[in-house]
Amino acid sequence: MKTETAVKERSARETRLQRMASAVYWVEFAKKWLWTIVRFVLIFGISFVIVYPILLKLSIAFKSMEDLYDSTVIWIPQNITLHNFKLVFEAMNYPSVLMNTLLLSSAVMVLQTITCVLAGYGFARIKFRGSGLLFAGVIFTILVPANTIMIPLYLHFKNFDVFGLIELFRGEPVNLINTYWPFIISAALGMGVKTGLYVYIFRQFFKGIPREIEEAAYVDGAGYFATFRKIILPNAVPSMVTVMLFSFVWQWNDSFFTNMYLNEPKVMSSMMASSGYAIATHLSGGGQAEIASYVQDPFFMSMMMNTSVLMAILPLIILYVFVQRHFVESVERSGLVG
Amino acid sequence: MRFRKLSLEQKNRYYGLYFILPWFAGFLFLFVGPLLASFRYSLSNLQVTNDGFSLDFIGFANYREALLSHESYVRILTESVIDILINTPLIIIFSLFFAVLLNQRFRGRVLARAIFFLPVILASGIIASIESGDLMQSVVRSANDTTGGGLSVMKNLELTVMLIESGMSITFVEYLTGAVSRIYEIVSQSGVQILIFLAGLQSISPSLYEAAKIEGSTGYEAFWKITFPMISPLILTNLVYTIIDSFISDETSRLVVDTAFKSFNFGLSAAMAWMYFAVIALVLWVTTAVVSRKVFYQD
Repeated sequence: MKTETAVKERSARETRLQRMASAVYWVEFAKKWLWTIVRFVLIFGISFVIVYPILLKLSIAFKSMEDLYDSTVIWIPQNITLHNFKLVFEAMNYPSVLMNTLLLSSAVMVLQTITCVLAGYGFARIKFRGSGLLFAGVIFTILVPANTIMIPLYLHFKNFDVFGLIELFRGEPVNLINTYWPFIISAALGMGVKTGLYVYIFRQFFKGIPREIEEAAYVDGAGYFATFRKIILPNAVPSMVTVMLFSFVWQWNDSFFTNMYLNEPKVMSSMMASSGYAIATHLSGGGQAEIASYVQDPFFMSMMMNTSVLMAILPLIILYVFVQRHFVESVERSGLVG
Repeated sequence: MRFRKLSLEQKNRYYGLYFILPWFAGFLFLFVGPLLASFRYSLSNLQVTNDGFSLDFIGFANYREALLSHESYVRILTESVIDILINTPLIIIFSLFFAVLLNQRFRGRVLARAIFFLPVILASGIIASIESGDLMQSVVRSANDTTGGGLSVMKNLELTVMLIESGMSITFVEYLTGAVSRIYEIVSQSGVQILIFLAGLQSISPSLYEAAKIEGSTGYEAFWKITFPMISPLILTNLVYTIIDSFISDETSRLVVDTAFKSFNFGLSAAMAWMYFAVIALVLWVTTAVVSRKVFYQD
C-alpha cells in the first residue's frame, strides 16, 4: 500500500536545488565559512607565536660559522652542520646531566604520586572535626610562595638532623646541600613542588567514589589498606596519570629549588643557566686554537646558548609527543572538573 | 595496660588519619616549621656561623628597612602587583576563548591542542630569561624599541589609529594594544588554564545545548547563557591558579632570593618575603570574595 503521508516526497536533487535558491541558505553558508576562516587564522596565529621560538632555535642551532654572518640566511642555513651540537654535548657534559635529570624527575614523580594518593584518599574519607582545618592547611601550602620559607628550608637541610639521631651517630648534623636528598625527602613527605595541588586533585576525585564500594569490600573482610590498594587505586588511574605527568614536567623544569639546593649544574635547568660560562671555559681550555678566538664573539656565544637551550628542552619535547594525548584525556577523567 | 578498643564507627572515622600521615609529617617539618622560623628570622638579624647560625632579635627593624630605606623594594612590589592585576584578566579571557575554540570539531584539532599545551612543557620562564640574554635577539628588539620611541602604543601604530578612529577611548585602546604586545607572555602562561577550561567544557552535557537550539538560540546566546555559567566555578579556580603561578617567576621573588643568597641579608629577605606574601594574600582574598558571589553552582 502506498504511504499516506501528506507531504509529497521530493527527490534529493530537487530539495537541493530548492535550498540553494533561498537566500537564507547562502547567508548561513557564508556565516559558517567566515567562522571557519576566522577560527583558522586565530589558531594558526597563536600556534605560530608559540612555536616560533622553537623554530628559531632549531634554525640557529644548525647554522655553521659562515651562516652566522651571512645576511642572506634567515631561516634555512646554507651549510647545515652538527658541529654546534657536538660542542654543547662535550662542554655541558650532556649525557650525565640528562641521566641525572631523568632519574631525579622520575624518583620525585613516583614518591610524590604515592604520598599524594594516600593523602588525597585520607582527606576524602576523614570525618572527625578539624579535618576541614587540616585541608585548609593543604590549600595554604599552595598559597604561600616558596620564597617565604626558602631560607629556613635551606638552613634546615644544611644542618639536617632528625630528632638529634644523626648527631648521636656522627657527632654533627649532616649537610645535605648539593645532594639529591632534599628533593627525595621533600617529595616523600609531600612537600615537593606544587604538591598541594596534587592532593587537591586526588581528594576531588576520591570524593566522587561512592562509599558502597568500600563497604562491600569491608564486608568481604578486607582491611583498610587492602581495600585501598585493590579497589580504590585501580579506579584512580586517570588522576594518577595526570599527577604523574604534571609532577614529572614541573620537576624537570624547576629552577627555583634546584638552584637553591644544588651548587653545581648537575640538572637540566641549572645547566641551561650556566651554559654560557661552561662553554667559554671548555673552548678556551680545550686547546682548540681556532675556535678559542671565537669565544669573545657575542654572536657565537648566543648561538651556543641557543643550541644548549634546544638540547635541554629536546628530551621533553620528545616525551611530550608520545604523551600529549593523555594530558587532556586524563584531566577530564580525573574528576578535577565537573 | 590495654587500650580500649575503638568501636567500628569510631575506627571508621579515624582510619583516614593513617593515610595522611606521611603528608602530615612533611607538612609539619617542611612547611609549618620553616614558616614559623622564617617569621622569626624576619624579626631578627641572622648571622651564619660555622656550626649553625645566630639570631639577634631586632624587632620590626627589618620591615622598616624594607619599606623605607631599601632602594627598590616598594617599587618592585607595586610593579609586580600591577603586572599580576593586568595580566590575570587577559590570561583568563584568552584561555576561555581558546578553550571554546579548541573544543569545536575541526580538522587538526589534536595538533592545535598539542601546540597550545606546549608552553607548559617548555618552562617558558627559563627560555624567556635566556632569550633576553641572547644578543642577536636583543639587538633586533632594541632596534624595534628605538624606532618606536619606547611607547608600547607605537609598536602597533596602525591598529591603534584604527581603534581610536572607531571611537574607543584612549585608555582602552592603550590597554588593548598593550595586551597585543604582551601576547607572548599571555600565551605562555595560559597552558594549564586552557587545559582546565577544556576539561570543564567537555563536562557540560550537550542536552543543554540541544534544548537551547530547539528553542531557537544563536551560538552567541548559547555561550553566555549556558557555557559561561556552567564554567564559572572553573573561572574562580583558574583565577586563583593564575595569581599563584605568577609569583614564582616574579621580579619580587628574584629580589628576595638575591637578597638572601647574594647579599646574605637573611633577615631582610625574610621580611620582604612575608610582606610580599601578605600583599598577595590580600589580592587573592579580595578577588575571590568578589568573584565567588557571581559564581553559579549547579547544586
